[in-house]
Amino acid sequence: MGRRRPIADPSRVPPGQYLTEDFPVLSAGPTPHTSLDEWSFTVGGAIGHPVSWSWGEFIALPSESIVVDIHCVTKWSKLDATWKGVSVDTLLEGVETEAEYLTAWCDGGYTTNLALEDVIGGKSWVAYEYDGQPLHPEHGGPARLLVPHLYFWKSAKWVRGLTLTLDDEPGFWESYGYHNHGDPWLEQRYQGD
Amino acid sequence: MDALDGNAIAGELFEHFGVEMTSARGSCAHCGATTQIAELRVYARAPGTVARCQGCGNVVMVLTVIGETRRVDHQSFQLPQRPGQSSQCHD
Amino acid sequence: MARAALPGRLTWQLGRVVELRDETPRCRSIALELPDWPGHRAGQHVDVRLTAEDGYQAQRSYSIASAPEDDELVLTVERLEDGEVSPYLTGELRPGDELELRGPIGGYFAWDQALGGPLLMVAGGSGVVPFRAMLRYWATGERAVPSRLLYSSRSLSDVIYRDELMDLAADDGADIQLTLTREWPEDWPGHRGRLDRALLEQVAWPAQAQPLVYVCGPTTLVEAVASTLVELGHDPSRVRTERFGPTGT
Repeated sequence: MGRRRPIADPSRVPPGQYLTEDFPVLSAGPTPHTSLDEWSFTVGGAIGHPVSWSWGEFIALPSESIVVDIHCVTKWSKLDATWKGVSVDTLLEGVETEAEYLTAWCDGGYTTNLALEDVIGGKSWVAYEYDGQPLHPEHGGPARLLVPHLYFWKSAKWVRGLTLTLDDEPGFWESYGYHNHGDPWLEQRYQGD
Repeated sequence: MDALDGNAIAGELFEHFGVEMTSARGSCAHCGATTQIAELRVYARAPGTVARCQGCGNVVMVLTVIGETRRVDHQSFQLPQRPGQSSQCHD
Repeated sequence: MARAALPGRLTWQLGRVVELRDETPRCRSIALELPDWPGHRAGQHVDVRLTAEDGYQAQRSYSIASAPEDDELVLTVERLEDGEVSPYLTGELRPGDELELRGPIGGYFAWDQALGGPLLMVAGGSGVVPFRAMLRYWATGERAVPSRLLYSSRSLSDVIYRDELMDLAADDGADIQLTLTREWPEDWPGHRGRLDRALLEQVAWPAQAQPLVYVCGPTTLVEAVASTLVELGHDPSRVRTERFGPTGT
């Protein structure tokens, strides 16, 4: 049933996950279609003053090509997914804050919360290319958050900004019972795991 | 991706409420529109299933399976106090 | 007619496959024997659940293709190329196998004679499945109201239940109208092209006739048809919709 394969390299597949070569599309709502003219990315919240980039400014930022494994809480894992994007470290450069958390917010209203320590130090990106092509809207384009060391619901599609917060504020799935942190290697799928 | 509609969650809602719910009318807490559950926009390919108001697009219902627990959160979709009564109406 | 859906009872049960029938290159009908089936209304559906050896489960809803009066429960499944469940149901399931399902489910998208008419059914692709149940049920009754099916398919070979629909027209007086959207025989007497406003205006009863309308198929088709009917003056509360999600039409 389905297109799941036997585990090729067990050490790369977190507990309870199945490998897939597809890239399933999961969504809690209709695909937003924000034109690049309207698009902007904002880092705001508990900082001195917000920082914003237009699309043109954003793709002119230093970018990286990365290859990472991704793990969805619905149990599929995809190895060696290739992306291009801006490191969140770059976006937070020069930002002074006492915040220890942030909320990623998106077109369509989706949110997810993260600890600052989960996004800095080369752990996360805002990605705008997948597999060498501009990121398709159904996969979160023009740009999505990419936090591969956590379950993929934290890699918010259609991301438009990061709001730094002093307190941890559960995002969409977190407030419906999904785990606040979401480490696939500890199988933190649901609250209480 | 294309949405389904409330017919797609009929089984889950029957299990939760104990009665047939697709014809039940409720109102969206965001915009006030009244609609039958069958006409909600349902997004079923996600960590949970999300039903949205077909008028304003806001989330009105979220169905999750958390471990062994099946939950139906319909805080944003105001149903009559006795869902059983409304779902037995035939138009 | 057995009134289905007793309050509070919706349990998973096992049905045994008694017959398989290929309706089109992509669609297969599955006839099931169910010991505890309570009966159903035309238009209702079942949830089917597959469990893999490793415990992984996948669940999908399928409209019931059989009428309440029929001996066996019939589901008609379209094979979706990237599907998780349909390739198994259309390709691997064999007579004698068991299938886990629960039902009948649904009340909004069901039709009984008591609801009246005229009865207009508009289908895109595999959206015709619940209408087979409705037409077969309608044909066994008094036919107090006229029934009309407007059914859109890509080509003649994609028309599900083609012979049966022609029989319902010839023998029972159902008004069956087909439209083919991608290719049609040179001498095709039916409609050609998509279910657009012109075709709907031509085929649907006028709004003053106050038909009870059921629309079923891929989401985009259903929404376009429903909104066009409302534009043509039909009462939105008399237009019922069931979206199947994107399929190959």
